[in-house]
Amino acid sequence: MKKKNIVSKIYTALLLLFLYLPIGVLIFYSFNDGKTTVWKGFTLKWYAELLNDSAIMGSLYNTLIIAFLASVAATVLGTAAAIGISNFKGAKRAIIQNASNIPIINPEIVTGVSLMLMFTLLGVAFSFEMGFWTVLLAHISFCTPYVILSVMPRIRQMDKNVYEAALDLGCNQWQAFTKVVIHEIMPGIFSGFLLSFTYSLDDFVITYFTRGSKFQTLPIQIYTMTHKRISPKINALSALLFVTIMVIMIAINVRNRKAAKTKA
Amino acid sequence: MKSRKPSIPYLIWMVIFTLIPLVTIVYYAFTDKSGHFSFEPFKNAFFYSDIFARSLWIAFVSCLICILLAYPMAYIISRCKEKTQSMLIMLITIPMWMNFLLRIYAWVILLQNNGPIDTALSLLGINVDLMNSEGAVILGMVYEFLPFMILPIYTVMSKIDNRLIEAAQDLGSNGFHIFRKVVLPLSIPGIISGVTMVFVPSASTFLVAQYLGGTDNIMIGDIIDKIFWTDQNTGSAISLMLMAAILVFLIVMNLFGDEEAIS
Repeated sequence: MKKKNIVSKIYTALLLLFLYLPIGVLIFYSFNDGKTTVWKGFTLKWYAELLNDSAIMGSLYNTLIIAFLASVAATVLGTAAAIGISNFKGAKRAIIQNASNIPIINPEIVTGVSLMLMFTLLGVAFSFEMGFWTVLLAHISFCTPYVILSVMPRIRQMDKNVYEAALDLGCNQWQAFTKVVIHEIMPGIFSGFLLSFTYSLDDFVITYFTRGSKFQTLPIQIYTMTHKRISPKINALSALLFVTIMVIMIAINVRNRKAAKTKA
Repeated sequence: MKSRKPSIPYLIWMVIFTLIPLVTIVYYAFTDKSGHFSFEPFKNAFFYSDIFARSLWIAFVSCLICILLAYPMAYIISRCKEKTQSMLIMLITIPMWMNFLLRIYAWVILLQNNGPIDTALSLLGINVDLMNSEGAVILGMVYEFLPFMILPIYTVMSKIDNRLIEAAQDLGSNGFHIFRKVVLPLSIPGIISGVTMVFVPSASTFLVAQYLGGTDNIMIGDIIDKIFWTDQNTGSAISLMLMAAILVFLIVMNLFGDEEAIS
């Protein structure tokens, strides 16, 4: 039994090393004074350059704005849709749900090019160029199905009598909806919002095809920087992103653990 | 609450931003440049059938390696104490949140000529080009998608009732036998959802092969990307074929899953 334990520990360690070593190397070189992988001494200049790069900071701003607007819109649209769809029965419902899952199942690149094709045609017809708005519309489109998927189970679990009870107790329909239904399905709405926000933040493929020629988001900026391989600024950016992700994940974990403790 | 009306805005949205774009793809795939009905785009698309086959092959091999690496990991995690479990799962999820281009770029830095691994190997007297090979592409894929294989398998395994294993022990099964007769069959649904989560994105991904595989190892996603800016008809035909292939794959996986559930 002991021997088995050691083998598992070594295996776990090796696998975590595999997952983290590349990221570690990326961060390591963000402190390198030289531009190549030859160590030329410690520096923080790439961080300074990164923070002073207005193009990168601008694209970070764009990414956050798009993620925020897209996830709010997707949450509203998706929650309403989930409530409506739950009242369809049988074949109709199956068709709607399958159609709604298309952006999740379909390869991202196909979703991307299909939207690009449509936006190009519409652009010619109504003379507009792809940019902020087309990216936003595309993001709302691929986020909403995730909201529906996370809200739907909550609606199914909800006791429908609670809504009726609220009506009997003198709520009008709107009050019963906002005070009872929304409250009941809130965890689903919240996780749908978070999913949308993170998918939108991280999206490269669909943004790449719908952004036109000028609009920049952080993932697009990362693409340009990794493609040309010119500056270790990208390493500094990786390091900052990694630290941000670490902090958020650990915070969530600690919070969950505390919540579990207070429950117990 | 009984009304279907709240879904109307989304249904309209879905038609405009999901269905119409797909119809547009189908339309383009069956017309030539002047807009007449034609099989020309598909004829052109078949020119890339080798690359298509290679993409599916690379996705298949990456998937297989992911299963082999992920399965023991998921098993080990599911046998840990609860606190350790959630910590390990967190550690495995964190890299997933890093932008995929950065993760691939990390391997470019590691594997490039005069990079750390290359330098170390040449000190030992080994001189090989680590980049620009199918192996490098597969490595990148495995790195990219491994967590997506570990998580669903772990989820299924952590739900296996310990009493089942104890019962098997009581009935005289030893370690390997328990694994083969109890743990493995019960974890099949996890493997199946892991396979779909790894295979679909790796077969259709682009840039990974451009970054790590050089020009000789590009995949179908890269072709769609390249071709779409100049020839949208052929690009649409290839996209449609990719979609069809993925759909067939998902249906097969689904059947697989159902049969497992029945038996």
